[in-house]
Amino acid sequence: MKFSLKTAFRFLMSNKAQTFLIVLGIAVGISVQLFISVLIDSLQKNLIEKTIGNSPHITVTEMSGGSVENYNEIIDYTKKEADVSAYDIVTEGPFFVLSGSENISVLLRGISMKDSIYNIKEKIISGNIPENINEVIIGKDFSEKYNINTGDKINFLGFKGGLLRKSATVTGIFDFKVSNLNSTWILTNNITAYDFFGVSNPNKIEFQIKDIFNSDIYSENIKSNFSNTGIKVSEWKEQNSDLLSGLNGQSISSIMIQIFVIVAVALGIASVLIITVLQKSKQIGILKAMGLKNRQTSTIFIFEGLLLGFFGAVIGIAIGMFLLWGFSTFAVNPDKTPIVKLYFGYRYIIISSLVGILSSVISAIIPAGKSAKLDPVEVIRNG
Amino acid sequence: MDKIISLKNINKIYGTYIKTQVLFDINLDIEKSSFSSIIGQSGSGKSTLLNITGTLDKPTSGDIIIDEINTKNMNKNQLSELRNQKLGFIFQFHYLLPEFTAYENVLMPYLIKNKPLTDKQKERAYYLLDMVGLSKVKNNPASRMSGGQQQRTAIARALFNNPPIILADEPTGNLDSDSSKTVFDMMRDINKEYGTTFLVITHDRRIADKTDRIIEIKDGKINLDLKNGGAE
Repeated sequence: MKFSLKTAFRFLMSNKAQTFLIVLGIAVGISVQLFISVLIDSLQKNLIEKTIGNSPHITVTEMSGGSVENYNEIIDYTKKEADVSAYDIVTEGPFFVLSGSENISVLLRGISMKDSIYNIKEKIISGNIPENINEVIIGKDFSEKYNINTGDKINFLGFKGGLLRKSATVTGIFDFKVSNLNSTWILTNNITAYDFFGVSNPNKIEFQIKDIFNSDIYSENIKSNFSNTGIKVSEWKEQNSDLLSGLNGQSISSIMIQIFVIVAVALGIASVLIITVLQKSKQIGILKAMGLKNRQTSTIFIFEGLLLGFFGAVIGIAIGMFLLWGFSTFAVNPDKTPIVKLYFGYRYIIISSLVGILSSVISAIIPAGKSAKLDPVEVIRNG
Repeated sequence: MDKIISLKNINKIYGTYIKTQVLFDINLDIEKSSFSSIIGQSGSGKSTLLNITGTLDKPTSGDIIIDEINTKNMNKNQLSELRNQKLGFIFQFHYLLPEFTAYENVLMPYLIKNKPLTDKQKERAYYLLDMVGLSKVKNNPASRMSGGQQQRTAIARALFNNPPIILADEPTGNLDSDSSKTVFDMMRDINKEYGTTFLVITHDRRIADKTDRIIEIKDGKINLDLKNGGAE
């Protein structure tokens, strides 16, 4: 082993230019592989974060749209089952807002204002959280369109059994950065919502969980545990199947690109090593005449692959990290935040090193076999 | 005297479709501690004979017995071991491994055994380099030595594992006459001092004349086999 490793090293050092070029080739391949895998993964995380970061992952409602009476039990159960990061007790329904001669259709939502999954504190652009009864906040677009501002009083019209007339004061304006929500949602606390709808229980519970990709399992568990209470459970994955299949497609194409880059690198290593076997055939012939066994001969070239892969991976990871640094530093939005927030972990470095070293060793197999087959007498006879 | 090499009915045919017979029924015994030369025109089959004797090439039929071991049914690994222990090779062109120093080249037959290097081996390498007069250049890379120096290093290398037999194919064929004489005299001295058996191909009649026995190969057969009383 020691002899083969030493010989492999000497052989590589005897043609420094060739060795340098192939190490560089491996390094470029590995850096591209690392860069793409981190970029695509981060892109997907960003996309998921944007899509469901401020929306529920699991939603529990009553089958026919009525109140969920055992909501406390459901919350306790879910907290025990899944890693719940936030939840909301929601009382919501349609209302009309009377503005001049217009009746504007809105969705009135009573939520847990303080520790809501919607992170209301950060979404309020002016005014305060509605803490008392008959206080609401309205969306930015709604405020602009109908010229309603903080402190204004608005009148509501609803239908439940008969006409319901209610009124509330606007305490603030929120911006969810989604036009549809900003123009149709009116948010309030649950006390106001109970009063408006004349109920004493919420009609929806919304959960955000840490382990988002297992939402379907938790959803099933809740469903089966409360199967006799007439609740309906939905989760984000079934509501976003288009997004998920898009992400899946993206993952596959990212892996395809990585595989092709690595295959190209492996072919490069294999062809260089095959040439090396030819270049070193005299040496191999002599060594075999001296008693070097065929297995030892092939280990020399396996070690050449291993050394090339090792140095290629080290340099490649350095280049890849430099690329990632450059991307997050220079590819930025006007407000200096990166276009894609990168999620980097040691996992990527480990994977890239393994990919580099394994592909190099695998590509050395054919050259190694060739060297083992080399007949010393051919070399000696043909000079 | 004891036979150290014994060739029995050696035939060698090259080619699968167009067959060319190179060696015809060669029978040859080499005595222990002798210094024999093989002469013959190019294409006579003398190199093939030497390669077959050295187990680098396989005969089409016949037996090769080296130091009382019949090599016929040995596998490649066993043949490698045998070459490593019993045989030293010196070739005309393929001198040394240019990636290693003279000292490392001399150690090579030991290094390929993958055993730990001890002071004993190091000392032997220095001793052999000293013997062939190369102490000063021992750490030079092989690529930066003259032809004569390289061939002397190759002799030191062939001797490293103390093999009973050294096979040499035109060891002086590529050297000027001064270097030729030095290299040849050195082999002769080793033969006398250590009793190493030498079998040397040469086309230089003057060198052949200085050996104990001259074997002439012609058209794949032994044409002449004479004990040389005139040798010193």
